[in-house]
Amino acid sequence: MEYLLIIISAIFVNNILLAQFLGICPFLGVSSKLSTATGMSGAVCFVITLATVVTYLLNNYLLVPLHLEFLQTISFILVIAALVQMVEIVLKKISPGLYQALGIFLPLITTNCAVLGVALTVVTKEMAFGGPAHMMNLGEATVYAFATALGYGLAMCLFAGLREHLAMNDVPKAFRGLPIALITVSIMAMAFLGFSGIV
Amino acid sequence: MLLCLTAVCLFCSAILAVTYAVTLDPIAEASQAKTNASIARVLPAFSGNPELLSVKVGDVEYPYYKTESGVAVLSTVNGFGGPLSLMVGITGETPEVFNTVVLSHSETPGLGAKCVSEDFSAQFKGWNPEQKKLQVSKDGGDVDAITASTITSRAYTLAIANAVEAYKAIAGTNEEGGQDNE
Amino acid sequence: MSKLGLITKGFVKDNPTFVLVLGMCPTLATTTSAMNGLEMGLATMFVLILSNIVISLVAPVVPDKVRIPVYIVIIATFVTVLQLCMQAFVPDVYETLGLFIPLIVVNCIVLGRAEAFANKNSVGDSALDGIGVGLGFTMSLTVIGIVREILGSGSVFGWKFIPGDGILAFVMAPGAFMVLGYLMVLFNKYLAKK
Repeated sequence: MEYLLIIISAIFVNNILLAQFLGICPFLGVSSKLSTATGMSGAVCFVITLATVVTYLLNNYLLVPLHLEFLQTISFILVIAALVQMVEIVLKKISPGLYQALGIFLPLITTNCAVLGVALTVVTKEMAFGGPAHMMNLGEATVYAFATALGYGLAMCLFAGLREHLAMNDVPKAFRGLPIALITVSIMAMAFLGFSGIV
Repeated sequence: MLLCLTAVCLFCSAILAVTYAVTLDPIAEASQAKTNASIARVLPAFSGNPELLSVKVGDVEYPYYKTESGVAVLSTVNGFGGPLSLMVGITGETPEVFNTVVLSHSETPGLGAKCVSEDFSAQFKGWNPEQKKLQVSKDGGDVDAITASTITSRAYTLAIANAVEAYKAIAGTNEEGGQDNE
Repeated sequence: MSKLGLITKGFVKDNPTFVLVLGMCPTLATTTSAMNGLEMGLATMFVLILSNIVISLVAPVVPDKVRIPVYIVIIATFVTVLQLCMQAFVPDVYETLGLFIPLIVVNCIVLGRAEAFANKNSVGDSALDGIGVGLGFTMSLTVIGIVREILGSGSVFGWKFIPGDGILAFVMAPGAFMVLGYLMVLFNKYLAKK
């Protein structure tokens, strides 16, 4: 039950893009075509989950016992950068097909603040899902990270679909490109506000 | 390449070490000052340093600060947008709420977030849960809810009710402790 | 480019928010009020100036292969310095801006300036570039903050001049996207006229 609440909350209520404003740059950058948006979402999903598990372990078994919490930012970003590199190399070897599909998006993910954002949220913020507020354990953190990434993918694909249609319309000159895209996101965010309070 | 990486890492570690050493005390002081300011707001004037203790009610652990004028209980519940954290100052033998202060919240701006303002929280000053029911008026209690934010008001009220329970438990353990000593 | 040009280019020509569209996350998330926007801009500027200076100093000796990791370590160091200083001296501001202070590490503006400017220019010019881009970013954030605060809570820098609640949507997520979108439209109009 608790895991279900985490999933609903992470995908709909606190959607990482539309409510928490993380990972906006790649969201605006690669969402002009549905196929690239799907590829990017897949890569982000993979990296967020993996990075959260690794940084969670790093934090709880190395930084906290040594009282080095202030090194969270610097160590997490290094772990994420190294992880992205490693995923790239491993994928190239064992699954060239997937590498072809995700390849160009992987290096971009290091500077996607959604990854660092989720990793930091999990270890610093108390969350409440139905029960009393508490720090997440490893299982909850993993589910939370994966669900957040799914929410990212959902918003991204929905938006890419809208944008493909927008491209065919006659938009006033000053609105062309990003401005109309931002106003569209605004309306999407308003729709997502309707989910608030259900968890 | 290796030399360069080592040099950069050494340089960065040096900067971090110095900053950490310099800011360690100010950070501790700042967080202490913040806690003390909250305690001073929710309890009548007291002297000496408050002592951080904790009490268990059911499965939930409540941290609290004990002072000579009363007890400040930290109570966290689910609000509308996420956790809602209160510090509740309770005094006297028949528990009486002295004042409350919101430590952190993620309620909707303009609606639930009004729980921070005096307009809402002032009604809890001097509240005696035995005489006035700690429930919002919609649920048959005596608390005036914030307009259009019943869930937040309910959460706020629940946090206070939980704190009162914790206070009773604290008083209970003290008595038991006293009996043990005899 | 003249020294003055380095500082003023961030305002209009190379405005990081409205023209280059970099660092969108803090731009949208922290501009719920003019003051928050200003503080976030200044925090970013602090990191930008220091990392630009140090990176322009080390750039000639860093091999190309490890360039990016070295830059990230340097930027992350200054972000941590900023975090510690803010916790110590302005804890309230640190709490309001929350997660977005550590996230300066992945702000594309900082790494972007390191790559595009600091690694091939002198220390002095890089510092000026940091100030210029930082000021441009601060200005954009403050403007967005002012608009959102007026519409959302009827006040500017906490000074309330319209009684009542304002249009709440502008303090929440949808308003952020909408204000940024319309300000971009105005900016485009202005640039087209010139």
